[in-house]
Amino acid sequence: MKTTRLILAGAVLAASTALASAQDGGQLNIYNWGNYTSPEMIEKFEQETGIEVTVTDYDSNDTALTRIRAGGHGFDIVVPSNNYVPIWVEAGLLQELDPEEIPNMANIAERWRDVPWDPNRTHTVPWQWGTTGVIVNTSVYDGDINTSAIFLDPPDELKGKINVIPEMTDVMNLTVNYVGGEACTDDRDVLRQARDKLVAAKQHWIALDYGTVDAYAAGDIAAGVYWNGASMRARLANEDLAYGYPKEGYPVWMDSAAILTDAQNPENAKKFLNFILEPENAAMISEFARYANGVEGSDEFMPEDMKTAPEIVLPAEYEEAAYFSVTCPADVQQLYTQIWTELLR
Amino acid sequence: MSAVELAPHGAETDKPKTRRGDIAWRWWLVAPALVVLILAASGPLLIVLVYSFLEPGNFGGVIWNFSTDGWFQVFFSRDIFDDTVGPATAHLDIFRRSITLALYTTVITAVLGFPTAWFIATRAPDVRPIWLFLVTIPFWTNLVIRTFAIQEVIRNEGLINTVLRSLGLISAPIQMLYTDFAILLGMAYVFLPLMVLPLYASMEKLDFKLLEAGYDLYASRLRVLWHIVLPLVKPGFIAGSILVFIPAIGAYVTPRILGGGRNLMLGNLIELQFGQGRNWPLGSALALTLLVIVVVALLFYIRSTSQPEGQRHG
Repeated sequence: MKTTRLILAGAVLAASTALASAQDGGQLNIYNWGNYTSPEMIEKFEQETGIEVTVTDYDSNDTALTRIRAGGHGFDIVVPSNNYVPIWVEAGLLQELDPEEIPNMANIAERWRDVPWDPNRTHTVPWQWGTTGVIVNTSVYDGDINTSAIFLDPPDELKGKINVIPEMTDVMNLTVNYVGGEACTDDRDVLRQARDKLVAAKQHWIALDYGTVDAYAAGDIAAGVYWNGASMRARLANEDLAYGYPKEGYPVWMDSAAILTDAQNPENAKKFLNFILEPENAAMISEFARYANGVEGSDEFMPEDMKTAPEIVLPAEYEEAAYFSVTCPADVQQLYTQIWTELLR
Repeated sequence: MSAVELAPHGAETDKPKTRRGDIAWRWWLVAPALVVLILAASGPLLIVLVYSFLEPGNFGGVIWNFSTDGWFQVFFSRDIFDDTVGPATAHLDIFRRSITLALYTTVITAVLGFPTAWFIATRAPDVRPIWLFLVTIPFWTNLVIRTFAIQEVIRNEGLINTVLRSLGLISAPIQMLYTDFAILLGMAYVFLPLMVLPLYASMEKLDFKLLEAGYDLYASRLRVLWHIVLPLVKPGFIAGSILVFIPAIGAYVTPRILGGGRNLMLGNLIELQFGQGRNWPLGSALALTLLVIVVVALLFYIRSTSQPEGQRHG
């Protein structure tokens, strides 16, 4: 009797200390894009470190930036896109990272180490990256799909069945590339050609809409401008769908994780960045979000269907046309907005 | 504090003082409401007004320099190719589209709402709450979800097309999604309850003996409707039209999801300036322009509908 009681007391004690140690880890507040953070990965992090994680969603770079700038947010980690990272750094919103404290920064793949938006990775580490290209239902059109002509000079089979994502900067830049200009150009001749091209092409578009994985899979829409990860999800539902890399030029984006200057739990945030740079954990994020991650050695932990996916593994022959999306200067952005408004009037 | 003490004291003395004390006491009672109104309604509007007269920041936000560019850009545009200044026809097109859509929506909901409200008002009193309850059920679900539900029904591989095809009535799907028809369908569905409820409220008070009197005097059904029913339920029409027209003019989700976003509405245009366009002053000026349109439309509407009454008095 006495022993049982003792054992019971011991068990309770052990349980309570285990509980205490679980809470001892403190907290971590992550502010990330919606539907982008693998719950399994977070669970694993919580179990390993005893840190309690809260994830809050945002839907655009502008939303995140506005909220953090306003202050009093209580977040530790944020995941801005490459074209916004310089804005965050310039505004002094991100902490400088010390590779000594985050040893796994050594795992960052070579091509993602010294990047134009964050030279030498002083403020951010890779989260996920992808491309903006075109998607085509090959049972409707079986010609060359690696071109922006798919939505700008569409073949007859695709006319009236095209959807374009309403991402002004991406669509404008794809068009500027198509008529032979550089992204974020302020060259009026190029812009005039781009506008004429867009205005002429619009009659062949059925919509400018976002969430259309189902519509592509069901065949409601036969082609369009789309992201690679979403295209892969659509292809898994309908194998006729293929993703094209426009040879005239297409933007590559990367979302990178960073620690906020006024983070409440900076130590836990460093632990988290180190954790996501572990190949196995990076692969967990990719498995959830369906994008590549930029961590060396994560391939072997990736799900089988992603290792060979033509949407995820950028073919060498189309690598040349890729460029990092950049934030256009304010005056160019105004020109873009004016053309965009003209297009959608 | 003194006013609070004054009130019970004043109550014991003679009447004029009581009144004065009462008034002070009332001011104290309404103070919380006034504060909320000033802070919650005027405060944000004031910020929008101030922002519309500033310069846009490089990456969203504003720079605190006075500028009228935002307002200028609402009505005029500098052609980016030949630098000539002309009226901002793109904006005017978008304004006109939004106003037209709101008017159509108001008319459609009025035409559909009148018989619906009449049906409910003419049921036995104990079953009316059940019908009203049915009308309000859509409000239980989020607007975005209801809109996506409509999308499921009318898309090419959706409910209607699948049924029509399996019945052999059509061979190729009818394109309904991403058309003006889809936008109107969605708007009418979303706003119909806002028309039915005020119409019902005015019909419930309707004295049906007046209708009988009309019939006794050999009035046709149409005459009874036109000369007795419609004038009596006019307040319901006015309230319903206001409730439908104002949110419809700024409608944003429904045109975007069902219309496919090929053409901007006012709401989308404003959003563009605060998001990807990064021009907050222009966005603020556009938002205030929308506000002015709504207020002017409201004043015009109320004045024109209340005129017959004024003539009667004169």
